[in-house]
Amino acid sequence: MEVDEHLFRREAGRMVAALTHIFGVHNLAMAEDVVQDAFCRALEVWKFRGVPENPSAWLMATAKNRALDILRRERTAQTFAPELARLLQSEWTLAPTVQEIFKSNTIKDDQLRMMFSCCHPKLPEEAQVALILNILCGFSVDEIAAAFVSGHAAIEKRISRAKKVLAGSKRLFDVADARDFPERLAAVHRALYLLFNEGYHGASCESVVRAELCQEAMRLTTLLLEHPPAATPATHALSAMMCLHAARLPSRLDDSGNLASFLDQDRSRWDTRLINEGQKLLDHSATGSELTEYHIEAAIAATHCCAARAEDTDWGRIVWLYDKLMQLRPSPVIALNRAIAIAQHEGTERGLKEIYAIKNSDRLAAYPFYSAAIGELELRHGRREIACKYFRAALVQARSPMEKRFLQQRVAAAQRD
Amino acid sequence: MSQFVFLYRNTMQAEQEFSRSPEEMQKSMQKWMAWMKDLAEKGHIKDHGNPLEPGGKVVKGKQKTITDGPYAESKDIVGGYTLVEAKDLAQAAELSKGCPIFEGGGMVEVRPVMKMDM
Repeated sequence: MEVDEHLFRREAGRMVAALTHIFGVHNLAMAEDVVQDAFCRALEVWKFRGVPENPSAWLMATAKNRALDILRRERTAQTFAPELARLLQSEWTLAPTVQEIFKSNTIKDDQLRMMFSCCHPKLPEEAQVALILNILCGFSVDEIAAAFVSGHAAIEKRISRAKKVLAGSKRLFDVADARDFPERLAAVHRALYLLFNEGYHGASCESVVRAELCQEAMRLTTLLLEHPPAATPATHALSAMMCLHAARLPSRLDDSGNLASFLDQDRSRWDTRLINEGQKLLDHSATGSELTEYHIEAAIAATHCCAARAEDTDWGRIVWLYDKLMQLRPSPVIALNRAIAIAQHEGTERGLKEIYAIKNSDRLAAYPFYSAAIGELELRHGRREIACKYFRAALVQARSPMEKRFLQQRVAAAQRD
Repeated sequence: MSQFVFLYRNTMQAEQEFSRSPEEMQKSMQKWMAWMKDLAEKGHIKDHGNPLEPGGKVVKGKQKTITDGPYAESKDIVGGYTLVEAKDLAQAAELSKGCPIFEGGGMVEVRPVMKMDM
């Protein structure tokens, strides 16, 4: 039988979450070893006997049996999850307790607890994202390093430090804890947002890798939606934003596999199913009094999705939304996007004025699309030499061969008479 | 057609597996399955065989002393076997070339099953 392409990776996150529930968060490494062991067994057995009827149940059962072995062997020498200590001690309760934890609903909760635990306030945001990718999405250090275009050593250090913090917390985050929940949920939103963005705007040149990051972020956000206390308007807005962005992923590359600039994208390639899904989620998010950046970003994406052609876009509304976003979460990247929208709405000259007026633009210095945006507007304005200069500057900063090809084309376009 | 046994010999493979990511392990498994499927479709598989646990007991000598082993550290361990059918030894050896074990530095030992009929 055929197996899901990412079965092992998906199951890795589920198994680690369940096993950590049993072993206790201080035994995270033990949980990870059991998962690896289950994969090794699957690899050996399946290659001879074929994939079993229900592969994920097979993996879960293998992990569960291995966990039982360890618990029986080491329960006198080790402490496991403190809240289960008594149940794990007695042979009467051991197996039923473990059995219960491996039920799919419990595993879902445990994944949620793990996700909240990974967003520990002591951890910087980039460490939270790396940790989520490693523990819940089954990405190895090398795979994360490739996705972030970062070195193996740097990512390894980031993850092992983060794991120390996680293992040092007394227990997994309690999602029933009403007091700390809202604040931690906000941190989870932020981490999933960053994870998605890494896929959507990130530097990795492999579009497969990037699509996977987006998918993982969406999968984990869906877990939040399925858990009522976590399914807040902000969660709906975040999920809407992801759908509405992801819907447009297929048109980012043109037929020859080159980056297509947003205005030239083939909109017929947009995924209408995701657009509808995103629109529905956005409608759902419009309750309560809280307006988050996710609401606004989703609304911007929805406005783009509404336009059949680039020239049909309601740029006035987009500028207005970016103004709101600047009030809520000002950043040079948002200011840049706002300036681009103004150029569309009020003309190139106004747009350029806004771009040149961006505060902290030095923080955009390494971002190739800052220079590229100026180049684009200068070119439209007819100042070819200046445009060329900016495209060249952007070219130097290109983070992938794909970006390089795109910017080379722009340089050539500026030089054309 | 004659029968042959493929003995899969691993050189520290176990430890290598242990440091691989879930994605890589799944890919490796899928390669094995694709190879086996291909052999089966061409009528070369007599018995898919079995994987073997890495450790067991070794019973040795006139004293029949029982020790633990073979150890995972030992250079090559038989990790499994498959019974195949091929025209001759040369073809059987050729068939083994598609085995993904070589990517991990392992080897396949191809041994003819001794013919019983005279």
